[in-house]
Amino acid sequence: METKRQPDREVFSRNHRSTPVVLGLLLLLGAIVSLSLGRYGVPAVQVVRILLSRVVPLHKTWTDVMETVVVNIRLPRIVLACLVGCALSATGASYQAVFQNPMASPDILSASAGAAFGAALAILSGFSTFGITIMAFLFSILAVGLVIVVSRFAPGLKVMNLILAGIMMGSLLSAGTSYIKLVADPSNQLPAITYWMMGSLSGAKARDVAFITIPLTIGVIPLILLRWQVTVLTVGDEEARTMGINPHRLRTVVILSSTLLTAASVSVSGMIGWVGLVIPHLSRRIVGSAFQILLPVSMLNGALFLLVVDNVSRNLLEVEIPIGILTAFIGAPFFIHLIMKGEKAV
Amino acid sequence: MNLVVRNLSFAYDTGGDILKDVSFQTDHGEILAVLGPNGVGKTTLFRCILGFHRRYRGSILIKGREARTLGSRKLSSDVAYIPQSHGHTFNYSVLDMVLMGTTPSIDPLSVPGKRQKEAAYDALARIGGEHLATSSFAHLSGGERQLVLIARALAQNAGILLMDEPTSNLDYGNQTRILQQIRLLADDGYTILLSSHNPQQALWYADTILAMENGSVAAFGNPCEVMNSNLLRTLYGIEIALVHSDYGTLLAPRMFGDSTGSRGEPLHATMDR
Repeated sequence: METKRQPDREVFSRNHRSTPVVLGLLLLLGAIVSLSLGRYGVPAVQVVRILLSRVVPLHKTWTDVMETVVVNIRLPRIVLACLVGCALSATGASYQAVFQNPMASPDILSASAGAAFGAALAILSGFSTFGITIMAFLFSILAVGLVIVVSRFAPGLKVMNLILAGIMMGSLLSAGTSYIKLVADPSNQLPAITYWMMGSLSGAKARDVAFITIPLTIGVIPLILLRWQVTVLTVGDEEARTMGINPHRLRTVVILSSTLLTAASVSVSGMIGWVGLVIPHLSRRIVGSAFQILLPVSMLNGALFLLVVDNVSRNLLEVEIPIGILTAFIGAPFFIHLIMKGEKAV
Repeated sequence: MNLVVRNLSFAYDTGGDILKDVSFQTDHGEILAVLGPNGVGKTTLFRCILGFHRRYRGSILIKGREARTLGSRKLSSDVAYIPQSHGHTFNYSVLDMVLMGTTPSIDPLSVPGKRQKEAAYDALARIGGEHLATSSFAHLSGGERQLVLIARALAQNAGILLMDEPTSNLDYGNQTRILQQIRLLADDGYTILLSSHNPQQALWYADTILAMENGSVAAFGNPCEVMNSNLLRTLYGIEIALVHSDYGTLLAPRMFGDSTGSRGEPLHATMDR
């Protein structure tokens, strides 16, 4: 028999409160280090001064080249890496919660397959880089929209229908993408499609950052506001309902928001796998499953993870390694490690 | 009356009536045990009261208001549901689990705050489980889980508690402990509806029995008055004798033979009828 003791109410409620702060500081530090790393090295002190000079007047101790490299080349890419990592992890955590399934990933409703099809179509039609992004975004939204519509009209379990419709749509779209590859010009279009699908943040511009910031903001706000409702939903539709939750409505809102996040990030970065699956798992090990804390911690971890991986992608070899390949190389063995280690208590 | 059910009938889109003309009522401080074999409509009855099925005929009045007209949020502030203890996909601390009960009382766009945490601790203290607060729900024993789920319902601050077979999957000691806890809650003024597969427990702890057979009410009333061998034979298809003793009425199923008393014939010979 356990001895009854008066638990310290305060200690427990403060349990994980410091985790997001620590992760936030790590992210800031990581960003500064990343800004100084690269073929043209810029000392970290100069990086800080260059950034600060934008808000407060500072005596110029750096060269114009340093400023161009840091502000125009590296900063958009680093911000983009953080945003994409953040968005994919938020989607993964949300999907896992509302599908009550820890195996759900951002691809499950065919958002990535839709984006790939849209991008391939745009490349085939000779669109500009920005046109490719827009097409990928639209087709990603369209694909998930169709999945939701199909599942609505099917009888039976809504969650199961969504997943089945997602698998169907995914395979239909990848068949379409394969066909586009078949008819694409093998000397320039085919490599462009293949490279896009590997996922990369190279050539990120301030314009890309501006483009995805809007859907990311629109998508993430409902998730943050509904964080406690989503926690309650994870115990099952019926139980959640007896505690005053409307499961179908909540799930639909979360899926729509998450789709905006995935579509926006995939459209600028291509297919970056594993982040949305591994990062929520890792975060669950740190702070437990309660979505109200899991969501922010997953977002920060995702940003940090993609930032680090992007540094490897930029700096490891003379030729840049597409980040999608690296996330799989790092993500898959790490996931195996998490499985081997077993469940965390809470 | 806290809960009044009048001429309730319900059928799924396909098929005949699962519930036929069910009427009963129950009030503060009462334990109502719903008895009946599997598939008799106990779960469907609960689902109607919980607002999962709104296309029922007849009426379900919860504190005087028709259940089908109440949204899930409103309904959940009057009726709390305690499922059978089971595992969840994701694991939570006991405190988080109990905190979920406070959901109907907070703004849908906020998270439980200090007041809700106090309410959760109070609910845990009430069932003697405050020491479990920081434990992991998944690592609790079946009896402790059931207690935590009861605490979650108490944190919900609803006057009516619906319990789905609260003692199933529990060992004998825990069954009794849970039932004692439920009795205390009823004495504190809660209205408690529980489904049970154990008529003996109903005799001991319930104030009222609702016996169901094929979707209709076979008997409704005080356990001592309505429980008899005929009713038990109708419900379960076996012979059970009632033994009146200083410790209340005890049920004694015949282990061998049928009512003619031919000893030595194993039970399974009469089970298929």
